[in-house]
Amino acid sequence: MSRPSEGRSPVASIVSSVWSLIAVPLLAVLMALVVGAVVIVLSSVLVLKNPFDPTLPLTAYSALALGAFGSYDSVVSTLVLTTPLLLAGLGVGIGFRAGLFNIGAQGQFLMGAVGSVAVAVWFAHTPAVIAIIAALLGGMIAGAAWGFVPGLLKATSGAHEVVTTIMMNYIALAVLAWIVIGPLRQPGSVSPATPSVGVAALPIVLDRSGHIGIFIAFLAVPIAWFLLFRTTRGFEIRAVGANPDAARYAGVKPRRLIVLTMSIAGMLAGLAGATTILGVTHQMNTTFSTSVGFDSITVALLGRSNPIGVMVAALLFGAMRAGAGPMQINAGIPVELVDFIQALILLFLIANVALRRLLRLRGVSGAEQTGFETITRSYGGETTG
Amino acid sequence: MTSGFPATADAARAPVPKLEMRGITKRYPGVTANDHIDLDLQPGEIHALLGENGAGKTTLMNILYGLAVPDEGQILIDGTPVRIAGPSDAIARGIEMVHQHFMLIPVLSVAENVVLGAETMANPIFLDLREASRRIRKLAGKFGFELDPDAKVQSLSVGQQQRVEILKMLYRDAQILVLDEPTAVLTPSETEEIFVLLRNLAKDGRSIIFISHKLQEVLEIADRITVIRRGRVIGERIPAKTNAKELAELMVGRAVLLTIDRGQSHPTDVRLKVEGLRVRDDRGGEVVRGVDLEIRGGEILGIAGVAGNGQDELVEALVGLRKVASGRVSLAGRDVTGASPRTINEANVGYVPGDRQRFGLILPFPLTDNLVLTSYYKPPFAHGLIRDEGAILAAARDRIREYDVRTPSPLVPAQTLSGGNQQKLIVAREFVGDTTLLVLDQPTRGLDVGSIEFIHKRIIEKRNVGAAVLLVSAELDEVMELSDRIAVMYRGKLVAFLDGRTADKYQVGLLMATGEGGSGVADATGSAS
Repeated sequence: MSRPSEGRSPVASIVSSVWSLIAVPLLAVLMALVVGAVVIVLSSVLVLKNPFDPTLPLTAYSALALGAFGSYDSVVSTLVLTTPLLLAGLGVGIGFRAGLFNIGAQGQFLMGAVGSVAVAVWFAHTPAVIAIIAALLGGMIAGAAWGFVPGLLKATSGAHEVVTTIMMNYIALAVLAWIVIGPLRQPGSVSPATPSVGVAALPIVLDRSGHIGIFIAFLAVPIAWFLLFRTTRGFEIRAVGANPDAARYAGVKPRRLIVLTMSIAGMLAGLAGATTILGVTHQMNTTFSTSVGFDSITVALLGRSNPIGVMVAALLFGAMRAGAGPMQINAGIPVELVDFIQALILLFLIANVALRRLLRLRGVSGAEQTGFETITRSYGGETTG
Repeated sequence: MTSGFPATADAARAPVPKLEMRGITKRYPGVTANDHIDLDLQPGEIHALLGENGAGKTTLMNILYGLAVPDEGQILIDGTPVRIAGPSDAIARGIEMVHQHFMLIPVLSVAENVVLGAETMANPIFLDLREASRRIRKLAGKFGFELDPDAKVQSLSVGQQQRVEILKMLYRDAQILVLDEPTAVLTPSETEEIFVLLRNLAKDGRSIIFISHKLQEVLEIADRITVIRRGRVIGERIPAKTNAKELAELMVGRAVLLTIDRGQSHPTDVRLKVEGLRVRDDRGGEVVRGVDLEIRGGEILGIAGVAGNGQDELVEALVGLRKVASGRVSLAGRDVTGASPRTINEANVGYVPGDRQRFGLILPFPLTDNLVLTSYYKPPFAHGLIRDEGAILAAARDRIREYDVRTPSPLVPAQTLSGGNQQKLIVAREFVGDTTLLVLDQPTRGLDVGSIEFIHKRIIEKRNVGAAVLLVSAELDEVMELSDRIAVMYRGKLVAFLDGRTADKYQVGLLMATGEGGSGVADATGSAS
């Protein structure tokens, strides 16, 4: 039948293949911004009883952009907020590539934070370099363990990772609460909290808040890309995700690979937690929680599980978080708008099949296991081999 | 339905065609799938549409069924121009289609499947399945076959399922029936039965478009044959005034060897020895029930059998994809019972899986990755953990050239290739290098004559350089043509071994259907020469 790719110039086919990769994420973001704009105008008119102002969305979005990129200060804060999203997003993305829907990034993130704070307290009297490396490793190992367990359960009993990682998230929360009021509680403190990470705190190298974790996160991008696309293990991960039967025939051991992939994903989310506690909060209390783990799922989807795409998506989400406060101050638009837009992005991404049909995007498709496919078929349990 | 004559109709042309497609053109970016195709279908006619994969047959039928919109051209039914905007339009005009892959729901009964979409209601709420069953019996009786309306579709044979599909069309009183490769999955006797049914339908005045690339079948069943190639009508023939050779040449555009001269086999050492092999299927039923066989280097053992008699499970067990329940498999004297796919692969066993899209390829991956699917981890394609993209690409270019895989680039995803080219891709991967044993499961299923010829030649070549070949095929002609020895598989057992040169097609067909009827049956280990 028709083979649209035949008989085209190489340039045209490169353009079309790039387009087929970025079309859906780009449209999802644009449509989220458009719907967001409508809501901005409507809520201003209906809720705040302001006069109709069609330029209000522009005001809001430019305040958001200025807040994220308007000054050296704001760029650094964007980067700081991007860091955990990027690391955890890479982990979730690698899972997607293997056909694994790892909802456990949140728990892995928290365990990474717990692990690194525990190590940091333990290494409080060593030189800073050793303490930092040990604390980062502690976070990675704790996160990896939180990915390893669901991986092992899936490989041995077929238990679906969506279910087990959700349960692991709850366990992580409980561990966090226990460690803060129990073994690591700072003696004499009024509210339950751990001691500061002390010498293990990541050095600030950019402006007032830019810790070196930023560089670790961006360095992880080429490493993840190389792992996925230039190593045999990455090939196996992608093969298992795209066609577990063919992968098995190719000699891959899917069970072993599932455990490995989940551990890598957990390690990256754990590292995200480690950089957050060592670089930003420096201390853990019972309210230590973020939505990083869940946002990273959207980030991985938006980036189509391609490390470079994940980087762009993480920067976008980081920028929105960084710009939200200034937007509220300067344009009077509540910070929750950012949550709303991020939720819309996720919605449009998941609805991408409908979106493609609606916009008649021929040839724009999920070329590989980039997340959507994993989610839509993730209850089949095909990857257990 | 009355024949409405258009005002300008040539009164001299007596019968108004039931269907006429005029100047149908459909362009996709970079390719013209249909280029001014004219096709007409008379009442009561069986009109065969013959062409290779990718010739444009399916596009043309999709246009007729409203699944694609033509860029140019006109469709007339009973002489009246019509616009078919979707399948519901087509159905309303009496056009029905049976797809190559059955669209049946296995857990529902025959009656439930048949009424789906055309439910007979006893009242506004409840289905009247009894009335439906009555009509189904009546229809089946009228066209001379039996079918229990209450049987679950999953309990039916493939041939019976095919009849359910046809019954679905009749239930909705289709006047134009389109059958896309209806015999692809049928045994010779089931094919015969379907042909009887189709002739009865034609006698009843219904018009049939029969899509196929099997020359003998088309010659047997069709009243008229239209050959299309690369989107154009190349010729129209009457079966009585043509032959398979001419049709093949029209179809492919060059002279084709329809039967290959396999020459003499020179068996050497025993490469594969299977003793008392028992294998279970996914549901736990024992489907390979004590198979013994031996294949030597330089010979082709063909296993004939109706699909579903345990061939797939046998093959999967041999290549390590399925557990062996009991028995022993050895490769060149080494016990490999229960070995992993990689171990088997590293013993120089090539495997062309029956389900190429499931086991043979990773469709979204580029041709390069697919060509190293079983060797990606070792030099020269990887050094340690690191892939060598240069070596992978260079090898891919070589193999694509050597095996004539038609592709714009080695970097396009495998899913963009036609079925024939996908299969050549697998062959290019599995036939390369020194091969101890080649395991071929339905190596040419669904392919056009050009690709079949190519793959058959390569199989003979591999055998001539000393590989042992195990060929499993539901295509009896293929087994007869290539095999030095033939084994017939029936209900999980090899019921007969025959000499490939002297075996009689009807004897083999009988063995396939009943498991008995063979005389002069050789033993499992005997070599044919």
